[in-house]
Amino acid sequence: MTATTIAIPAKRGAARSEWLTLFRRLARRRTALFGLVVVALVFAAALGAPWLSPWDPIEQDITNRLKPPGSPDPSGRVHVLGTDHLGRDLLARVIFGARPALLVGVAAVAISGVIGMLVGLVSGYFGGRTDDVLMRLADIQLAFPFILLAIAVIGVLGPSLPVIIVVIGVSSWVVYARVVRGAVLSLREREFVQAAQALGSRDGGILLRHILPNAFTPWLVVATLDMARVIVIESALSFLGLGVQPPTPTWGGMLADGRVYISTAWWLATFPGLAILVTVLGINLFGDGLRDTLDPRLKV
Amino acid sequence: MKTYVTRRLLQSLLVLFGVSFVVFFILHLTGDPALVLLPPDASAEDVQRFREVMGFNDPFVVQYGRFLSGALRGDFGQSVRHGESAFTLVVERMPATFELAGAALVVALVLAIPAGIVSAVRRNTMLDYISTVVALLGQSMPTFWLGIMLILVFSVQFNLLPSSGRGGLGHLILPAITLGLFTTARITRLTRSGMLEVLSQDYIRTARAKGVGDPPVVWKHALKNAAIPIVTIVGIELGTLLGGSVITETIFAWPGVGRLSVQAIYNRDYPVVQAAVFLLSSTFVLVNLAVDVLYTYLDPRIRLR
Repeated sequence: MTATTIAIPAKRGAARSEWLTLFRRLARRRTALFGLVVVALVFAAALGAPWLSPWDPIEQDITNRLKPPGSPDPSGRVHVLGTDHLGRDLLARVIFGARPALLVGVAAVAISGVIGMLVGLVSGYFGGRTDDVLMRLADIQLAFPFILLAIAVIGVLGPSLPVIIVVIGVSSWVVYARVVRGAVLSLREREFVQAAQALGSRDGGILLRHILPNAFTPWLVVATLDMARVIVIESALSFLGLGVQPPTPTWGGMLADGRVYISTAWWLATFPGLAILVTVLGINLFGDGLRDTLDPRLKV
Repeated sequence: MKTYVTRRLLQSLLVLFGVSFVVFFILHLTGDPALVLLPPDASAEDVQRFREVMGFNDPFVVQYGRFLSGALRGDFGQSVRHGESAFTLVVERMPATFELAGAALVVALVLAIPAGIVSAVRRNTMLDYISTVVALLGQSMPTFWLGIMLILVFSVQFNLLPSSGRGGLGHLILPAITLGLFTTARITRLTRSGMLEVLSQDYIRTARAKGVGDPPVVWKHALKNAAIPIVTIVGIELGTLLGGSVITETIFAWPGVGRLSVQAIYNRDYPVVQAAVFLLSSTFVLVNLAVDVLYTYLDPRIRLR
């Protein structure tokens, strides 16, 4: 008993210092650090939107519609990014628009990440027929023009937050599965896994305790970079009117509105797009840095 | 060689089979395809009669069998909106989509391969930084935003290029750049990393030591070997381009399959949706098959696997 109570804190300490070392190495890459700061700021904006935002994102003011950036309203407050076709403050909408984007990003990545991890573990560890079937399934999945399938399914089921998350989540597991499977294929031949097998550990235990922690880093890189892709898809869906429905502000929905006024009010379509660009760029920079730090040979 | 191609062929058939099942399943997602296909104000008797006529009361397997045999004969039913065969509607729009995807691919290859090579050969120079930053931006930029910004600058501000419709070369430029940018970014990064890897190989050093000049080393010795992953990604990117055409075609009012299917979804015209998804996916599968077969000529090691 005492042995375990000593062993556990020691292991945790080691793990923590490993993460700390990783973070220090990551922080030395300036672009990765920059990406991390951008992502942190976007998350902070999403969480603190009601306090950060100077205006209500939904409140309309028809007398003040399509005002260019920097216009003051009668009470003297300034619309920093201007107002849209219904007189709503654009800055407030851009800030609140971070919420559906990140929510869909995190939730969909969680779903596809877990499915992909499971498939990759099982496929790589057991091999044989199971592996064949799962990898053919992956091929089928990859053969789909994803956006087309997503809009078809969402068109039938009706656009709502859960539907969007599940559709993106369920259809994005392949990359995770392939990367994890690749890692497992080499891990299962390693001595510590064979030792565990020789000692009679059950497959489930080996997968969870010995293989999963070692297949985690490539998974993490894929998850980070995939989140950027998911955010672009979310905004593409709302651009097509198949995302989270109005009046909830979404970056894609704002772009679709702005497109109509492209010749008179350039700011409407410009700023929501910049918000997507900055967020996705931040995630990509961070993800690239993470990959180069953790596993430079990983091809994702 | 023969066994490899046969195996890939069988695999593609299997994939097409899976595709057909998913496309069939789209209508059954909500549980009742009759409610999906009929307008919301249809009466209960109408729904019942429609179910009988369409055979929605039959067992699932029978319905799927009927769908599959129809799909193989190019019969996806009538378009609810246009009253024409859904298959014909989609096939008529195919050339426009292929034209756009092809142009986008040309844009991507013409920009990306030189950019990637220069980036790798002149590593850590200003040129490399510029191309890397542009590639990174290109990968992070949503297509639809780029499209709108291009319209803003080239159509609205300077009135240089048309912003919608299909016609001459002028109509093709903005949509092709919009659709091709993401692919350009990916191929640039891949070419750069591929060339960097190859340029550090021993045989390149040998060639240089033997006095081979810079251009032949880069173009003859290095590029040939860096080309293999580029060919693979071109196959994969064609899928991205076909799927991405949905959004680009919507922005530029390009009369292709992508725009047709978005409109079909708005109009709840599901036979057309099914035909479009099935035909685009099949195209993608066949392109990938072709790329893989081509691949065996570039890299004979593949055949042995």
